Amino acid sequence: MTDASLNTANQSAPLTSDGGFSDFFALLKPRVMTLVVFTAFVGLYAAPGGIHPLIGAVAILFIALGGGASGALNMWWDADIDRVMRRTKGRPIPAGRVTESEAFGFGITLAAIAVVMLWLATNWVAAAILAFTIFFYIVIYSMWLKRWTPQNIVIGGAAGAFPPMIGWAAVTGGISLESVLMFAIIFMWTPPHFWALALFMRSDYDDAGVPMLTVTHGRKATRVHIIVYTLLLAALAVGIGFTTVGGPIYVAVSVTLNAMFIKGAWQIWQRTEDDAEADNYATEKAFFKLSLYYLFALFGVIALEAGLAPFGLGGW
Amino acid sequence: MSLSREHELHKRRFSRNMGLGFALIGLVAVVFGLTVVKVSTEEFTEPLFGEAAE
Repeated sequence: MTDASLNTANQSAPLTSDGGFSDFFALLKPRVMTLVVFTAFVGLYAAPGGIHPLIGAVAILFIALGGGASGALNMWWDADIDRVMRRTKGRPIPAGRVTESEAFGFGITLAAIAVVMLWLATNWVAAAILAFTIFFYIVIYSMWLKRWTPQNIVIGGAAGAFPPMIGWAAVTGGISLESVLMFAIIFMWTPPHFWALALFMRSDYDDAGVPMLTVTHGRKATRVHIIVYTLLLAALAVGIGFTTVGGPIYVAVSVTLNAMFIKGAWQIWQRTEDDAEADNYATEKAFFKLSLYYLFALFGVIALEAGLAPFGLGGW
Repeated sequence: MSLSREHELHKRRFSRNMGLGFALIGLVAVVFGLTVVKVSTEEFTEPLFGEAAE
């Protein structure tokens, strides 16, 4: 955030906006929160040892709240570029319904509550990873990398990848190969997911001056990056199937999903900009949509394996 | 500019206050529930103030 952006903010938004409940709820990025809740749940459910259902539910609640706090702090910091991008213009701060200082106070307070409550409910390891996740998303990603390097999405994706590790740590009090692999899957999934979006949301990132790969290295290079990351992701996504959280059902589903995902990435790689313009980025849009189902399905099957295990059906 | 009782601003403030109220009630319920669960588990032991003093 620059001085110029602060000045712009003061001119366009009133000092006290009196936002409604829905405006503050929107600061939490509820759509992103669904991914956080779901992957944290899977990490928690698949972890060995078990946890009291109420403590598990409270842990997920505060992991989600921590994720929401990150969203609010991100909107506070990025308010200047949110005003420029078509996709984000309607957010509470650019729309003038919540002031930047309100969003900052809201985000910091929720972050503190989330970390302390997760510590009290579970253990310090889970709370420490949650605190680090919030720090990473705001300071490392939003403040530092997002506007500086075209690898912003790659490194920033780590912040969204921590929830299953936090869920796992909430039960076990530690970190293991399985939780690191769940982290790695989301970490590797994020770049192709966002680069596909950047390919068809053409002007948004250009207008905001965010150094997306599409802007700095060109669209052909972005297509190459998508296929490379998709292949690395496939290796990890199938590989986790041979650990304690996997099983035959997971491997079968994972192989199928990854074959579909690689096919989509391959098609994107093979296309020229003229091809994409001709069908209004249909392949890129389909790949983006598939990427959402892909992640939910992969983690869904990890949960299924864990759910079937007590009946002698899940796992190896 | 005078604000009528039905002004949209009042609706937004009301919804925010209601939201905060429910959130605080929810937090109290969560802390209460956690406390009940924590003191009901086998791992919970009461601190032995008397013995520690001796």
